[in-house]
Amino acid sequence: MGFMNRFKHFLGDQLLGNNWGVHPDDHKRPAADAPVRVMPVPARLYLPLQQHLGGAARPTVLVGQKVSKGELLAEATGMVSAPLHAPTSGTVVAVTEVTAPHPSGLSLPAIILEADGADEWCELTACADPFALTPADIGRRVAAAGVVGLGGAAFPSAVKLGGALRAEVTTLVINGGECEPYLSCDDRLMRDAAAGIVDGIRLMLHATGARVALVGIEDNKPEAIAAMQAAAAEFAAVQVRPVPARYPMGSEKQLIQVLTGIEVPADGRPADIGVIVHNVATALAVRAAVREGKPLISRLVTVNGNCVAAPGNVEVRIGTLAEEVIAFAGGLKGDGLGLARRIMGGPMMGMQIPHWRVPVVKGSSGILALDAAEVAAAEPDPCIRCGSCVKACPMGLLPLEMSARIRNEAYGEAIDYGLKDCIACGCCAYVCPSKIPLVQYFVHAKGELAAQDRAKLRGEATKKLALQRQERLDREAREKAEAAAKRKAEREAAAAAKAAAEAAASAAPAAAATVGEGV
Amino acid sequence: MTPTAITAQPVASPHAHGGNSVTRTMFRVQMALVPATLYGFWLFGWPSFFLWLLTILSCLGLEALSLKMMGVTRIKATLFDGSALLTGWLLAMTLPPWAPWWVAVVGGFIAIVIGKQVFGGVGQNVFNPAMVARVALLVSFPVPLTQWVHPLPLTTLAAPDFIDGLRIFLSSLPQPDAMASASLLGYSKTELARGIDLLHSLAGEHAPALSWIGARSGSLGESASLLILAGGLYLVGAGVITWHTPAAVLAGIAIPAAIGHAVDPAHYLSAPAHLLSGAAMLGAFFIATDYVTSPNTAAGQVVFGLGIGLITWIIRSYGGYPEGMAFAVLLMNALTPVIDRLIKPRILGRDRRGKPLDIPAGASQ
Repeated sequence: MGFMNRFKHFLGDQLLGNNWGVHPDDHKRPAADAPVRVMPVPARLYLPLQQHLGGAARPTVLVGQKVSKGELLAEATGMVSAPLHAPTSGTVVAVTEVTAPHPSGLSLPAIILEADGADEWCELTACADPFALTPADIGRRVAAAGVVGLGGAAFPSAVKLGGALRAEVTTLVINGGECEPYLSCDDRLMRDAAAGIVDGIRLMLHATGARVALVGIEDNKPEAIAAMQAAAAEFAAVQVRPVPARYPMGSEKQLIQVLTGIEVPADGRPADIGVIVHNVATALAVRAAVREGKPLISRLVTVNGNCVAAPGNVEVRIGTLAEEVIAFAGGLKGDGLGLARRIMGGPMMGMQIPHWRVPVVKGSSGILALDAAEVAAAEPDPCIRCGSCVKACPMGLLPLEMSARIRNEAYGEAIDYGLKDCIACGCCAYVCPSKIPLVQYFVHAKGELAAQDRAKLRGEATKKLALQRQERLDREAREKAEAAAKRKAEREAAAAAKAAAEAAASAAPAAAATVGEGV
Repeated sequence: MTPTAITAQPVASPHAHGGNSVTRTMFRVQMALVPATLYGFWLFGWPSFFLWLLTILSCLGLEALSLKMMGVTRIKATLFDGSALLTGWLLAMTLPPWAPWWVAVVGGFIAIVIGKQVFGGVGQNVFNPAMVARVALLVSFPVPLTQWVHPLPLTTLAAPDFIDGLRIFLSSLPQPDAMASASLLGYSKTELARGIDLLHSLAGEHAPALSWIGARSGSLGESASLLILAGGLYLVGAGVITWHTPAAVLAGIAIPAAIGHAVDPAHYLSAPAHLLSGAAMLGAFFIATDYVTSPNTAAGQVVFGLGIGLITWIIRSYGGYPEGMAFAVLLMNALTPVIDRLIKPRILGRDRRGKPLDIPAGASQ
């Protein structure tokens, strides 16, 4: 970096407040340095139908049906969805509900598969020369394999690839940031399978028409950077770019800005500025799907936290219970005594889970067992307006002002302060000296706003129905009145006619009488 | 599922915390004040120590009383977050070192009860509590608040011992003339008012010298300007405050002072004299940087600091009072909500006015 650049960075950081983010202790080692352990298939797998963003998958198997490893269990529904495959061979024993990886502890519909121990693949359609396929064909193979974003958001990858092709993106950003503390599954994957990842990246370049792939890796992972650089050396289109270790570097908008210098417009998507972002693990899953026809049935999960006896990365089948993963990884220290919080994902954005009987899903990057010292849950103090949250916010928001508005239920004002731009990364709450649960405020407000929107829609629908009813009643009354008027008119006409006839009739005899009298 | 499982604790992320706390922040600020305070005790002896102690005790006591009267349940936690202690400490730093005991008590009452708790307690006050107290005391009791003493280091024979110090502190008798002295700002203002310009008055034999090591009359926070500066730099280094506010305050004083002095040295004090006098250093590093009453953004803090510096210089140069830092801070405190409303950070993906950035033409969506 030249002197002027340094100076510009200093100016930007200090005067304009561009020094966003936080530097949490990463807790990545020793877990990141331990070799991957492959977990054997457990007796039962619990497979939620909704493991991705979008519509839940629809089961295509019946209870009691025997399936092979990799066979379709549930198909995608609608435009944004992903299918689900059998992680091992066995028997479908139930289609029921299991606890979702969510703090609410609510249940999700799921397929329960009993393993037969054979672990036999179904017939796979490999592809010897995938670069001869059309981009659309690659998209179809990725969609059929049920690949979703493995960084955590679990957005169906094929949908993203297709959108990128249509938007004619120029740059593929590969997210190897893994900025969440404790997690090291992507790090491990880059160290162990760099060649496969680079192959997957090249397939995604082919599928999207992007010219260059920028692989962003935080500089706290020198081994991964070296491995990726070696694997990408012969491909000019794949460039490995070390980025500073700073949370949330792996957030889509932040990583795009750091690697390309372009900002994603607030109401746009990365594709609008010619960029698409995929995770390194997703690249490997895409490769398996395209080259070997293998569906996504397993993933690397980091098992970590002070309560874990032997932290490390474990390759597990989708649907394995967290309880069994922990047991395989060596269990909890002192049988879980001192366990303060169970988390699925990372400590910054992961979800607290109510118990360990929650299955690993496609987006599960970590299983953390944290002790009291690590979670440091304290009673919140009043805000002292220190502005730490303002300095930390990677989006340039004013968390203290937003939370003050939300406390007063002034959600509209919170939106003016940028509530809808909040990415819930948790930097603000991490640095808050008063330990105010700021993300909780924002999540609550977003929920309230969504509920208000729903209520408004419902209100509008009710109003519309009421209006229609009123119109119908009016119309009916009008028709009735018209009918009555018509009948009345007819009656009157009839009466008049009758009267006229009677008059005529009575006049005639009268006349006759008169005549008679006159006679 | 039991209801307690739902309501037990916040379930939202993040599940990790950086470890900073209000208490730790306040403690660091207090640590930064220690050198200047100890030096002040040495210069001005036991009376200044008693004044410091009673100001802090009054603030703590009145804070506890206010919290109790308001029915706050977490009195102990709030009391020991260190904010009331810091308010008292800062107030004591701005008082004449030999001020009598009731100044400490009245000052503590104004700072804590009127300046802070009436607004709703910590984090809610619009004005800096220590400065509210300082200004209210100065306006209400001008005589004891402008009586400065010669530095009389503890090691000298004439320095009052513990008992004498206590007597001076409690008796509130007028100070002996031999002890009385004027601060540099006060002296130059008085002389200017008498028609003697600075070139002559500052050359006179009674003129207070601009002592860089701080052996001069003034408050605890005035005498030890360089130690205050050192404490302030520690706070910047430790990340408790950023450099924006202090630099802006000092620039706001120094720039007009340098210009004025260059144009008319007979009527305007030099920039170093301004920076080392009065509450310039204390104000820049410890008062203007008060979290609650200053703007949230770096750019806002620069505007806020420049405003304080400039107003301070204007009051010192043209106003009725020799020192204007406290007034300047209160005036800019009142403007803080306006600054915060006008100067906001730019949201990523939006322009300065909050409109989303344009989506480039040619994109499909």
